[in-house]
Amino acid sequence: MIYSLLVLSSHVSGHGALTAAGFARSAIARGHSIRRVFFLDAGSCAGSSTAVFPQDEADRLQPWLALAEDHKVELVLCISSALKHGMLDSTEAQRYEKNAPTVHPAFIVSGLGQLVDATAESDRIVTFGG
Amino acid sequence: MNADTAKRVLLVIRHSPYGSSLARASLDAALAAAAFEQPINLLFIGDGVLQLLPEQDAAAIGLRNHARTLASLPLYNIDSVYVERAAADRYHIDLALAPLVVLPLDSHEIHQFMCQHDHLLGF
Repeated sequence: MIYSLLVLSSHVSGHGALTAAGFARSAIARGHSIRRVFFLDAGSCAGSSTAVFPQDEADRLQPWLALAEDHKVELVLCISSALKHGMLDSTEAQRYEKNAPTVHPAFIVSGLGQLVDATAESDRIVTFGG
Repeated sequence: MNADTAKRVLLVIRHSPYGSSLARASLDAALAAAAFEQPINLLFIGDGVLQLLPEQDAAAIGLRNHARTLASLPLYNIDSVYVERAAADRYHIDLALAPLVVLPLDSHEIHQFMCQHDHLLGF
């Protein structure tokens, strides 16, 4: 079955984002595929390359990087949410004349059309957070 | 994406309008789907019915008036939205004054309505 995930919850609040990454890994392990993970609203912070986590807490970025590297899972941050949360890739950092990009290169910054496209192409959409 | 193969998507909206940015995110998703001519319905349940209050003024908290955005949905061919009747009653919301046409559903109708869609996105 083809799944896509909609992640709404912040990576620093609650467990929604971490659970989403765990769901993706388990679905793939059971032979399903993940068409896309779309991060919207506070969820867009998941792509932060500059966040630093306490040593006794789980790293919130690593599970997504592993999914992207091991299984080519497409990770898309909603551009309007991302900009509001200071999540800029190199293109947006240049466009808005900010010092540096803050989004990890494993993530794509794109529009809500990518969510619409995911709903059209997936058998199931699972929302995390909200 | 053409209309024949389009999935029927239901946004299940259950948070109040200004406590978080989820309400705004749900409308952005609705407008995006409408822009791509994908069939989309909105269902307001629980605290989400507060988004349908007629008198909203968000200027003091520096945010866009949510009711005004809701009122613009018919421009994108979203002519009406659905609401949990019991929740609207609980908050004494006069649906006749809502920013756009609202169709109330009883709890057993909500279940049927959800089953008529391919995808449910929860906000």
